[in-house]
Amino acid sequence: MRHLLSAGDLSLAETTGILDLAEQMSLVQARPVKKLPALRGRTVVNLFFEDSTRTRSSFEIAGKWLSADVINISAKGSSVSKGESLRDTVLTVAAMGVDALVIRHHASGAPWQVTQWIDAQVLNAGDGTHEHPTQALLDAFTLRRHFRRTAPGQIDFAGRTVAVVGDVTHSRVARSNVLLLQTLGARVVLVAPPTLMPSGVDSWPVETSHDLDAVLPEVDAVMMLRVQRERMSGGYFPTPREYTVGYGLTRTRLGLLRPDAAICHPGPMNRGLEISADAADSGRSRILDQVAAGVSVRMAVLYQLLGGEDDTPAGGSADARPRTEGRREAPAPDPRGQR
Amino acid sequence: MSDADQRRPRGESPAEPATRPARLVLDSDQIQRACARMAHQILEANRGAAGLVLVGIPTRGVALADRLARAMSEVEGVDIPVGALDITLYRDDLRRHPTRTVGRTHLPLSVDNAVVVLVDDVLYSGRTVRAALDALGDLGRPRAVRLAVLVDRGHRELPIRADHVGKNIPTRANERVSVRLAEVDGVNEITISPGDDPVPTADGLELPDPVDGAL
Repeated sequence: MRHLLSAGDLSLAETTGILDLAEQMSLVQARPVKKLPALRGRTVVNLFFEDSTRTRSSFEIAGKWLSADVINISAKGSSVSKGESLRDTVLTVAAMGVDALVIRHHASGAPWQVTQWIDAQVLNAGDGTHEHPTQALLDAFTLRRHFRRTAPGQIDFAGRTVAVVGDVTHSRVARSNVLLLQTLGARVVLVAPPTLMPSGVDSWPVETSHDLDAVLPEVDAVMMLRVQRERMSGGYFPTPREYTVGYGLTRTRLGLLRPDAAICHPGPMNRGLEISADAADSGRSRILDQVAAGVSVRMAVLYQLLGGEDDTPAGGSADARPRTEGRREAPAPDPRGQR
Repeated sequence: MSDADQRRPRGESPAEPATRPARLVLDSDQIQRACARMAHQILEANRGAAGLVLVGIPTRGVALADRLARAMSEVEGVDIPVGALDITLYRDDLRRHPTRTVGRTHLPLSVDNAVVVLVDDVLYSGRTVRAALDALGDLGRPRAVRLAVLVDRGHRELPIRADHVGKNIPTRANERVSVRLAEVDGVNEITISPGDDPVPTADGLELPDPVDGAL
């Protein structure tokens, strides 16, 4: 596997492989020595241009538990605040000889752009309103465990219905989840007010609805999306109260869910807006399971990307040199599938 | 994962049928008898089953550990705990191969203060056992660790030896020892097939020194 940029790049076999590996990695959390030597000598840089608590810290823990050296760089407090460009920042970090760059950026497509500049493995930890593939993987991991517990012996995702509710337009979590759940064979229903349903959604492999009450009784899991006020210029809904009445998982709506349905939220939650405290803290809530799964899934992904031989020619600092124009126009054939 | 695997390019498995004629060294009955004898030896060395945990190294080590445990409970009348210890993440050659698939690790109980018997099918370079010892150390602190292998084929590259050996099989370094067990491969047999080209061993010797417990 080379880079993890989009949940859509993962085949069913690759996804299942990562989820199975994450199950093994999750055992480390219960061990006296939370350390595996697999990535000894590897360096992972977390380059975060946007705020993050759980993604950055779980990538850091995942790398450290696999014995990689992990360095965190955030835009605040780095040369980025002095006006350094993304390219210069990335080349500077790569010049120090890193093996993987975990990047979160407010511009959609930034991680892909970075792969054109450096040879290190690039992991997308959220780019603008585009994708957040490790979140989709940890959601799938959490749901698979939930399905296996509530209905042992059944097929994990085929025939399952997952509702993704809320601010779909601004949600990279929704986009990655739609792609990955499609790969896994689940049926996805997007529920959002018309103003927060992305344009072009008809071409997505999903069903859409504006009526949460009608959708809730039939779902196996409901994913509540955070209302991303920081990405909104206003005018998407009249008042927060009105949003909650139409699309919040309120105490009343909790009664519409099947007893075995799972409630997920990628966090951080706006309690009282898209999800009520009753829903977030109910027995059906898998929200803290999602956080725990984050570490295991990111360990699995880091191992998949860095656990084997280098697929670029060895050469230490040479890896950090910017690629020439010629190479950028004719990138090396994708080595995916050779692992 | 056996020692033999560590020396082989990825993609070949010990169960793969050899293209050139393979020599049968142990048949199903002989494997059965070797296991029964090892089970007795382990119990004798431990003076009973108290504190014993059998830990197999996937894939065939786990099947062997199950067999040994069954044979031992027939003798002692108590259940012997059996676990599986995948050593992939502890290998010293991870960066020489494409990313390896990680197997399942499962221990029935804490290994703290237990007498852990590591079980594998083939002892070769000793690198798998080295990795297993590291992995075990991260899981707890056993009172003692012993090693039981069905086949010792020699050519050690590390100062490691087995406590219990089903069969010593002198081999050339470039030969391939294939252990097939019914649980994994549908058939019980151990064969040796000739290798493609000579592989130099660590010490330049082609045949191993005799090891205690030879058949």
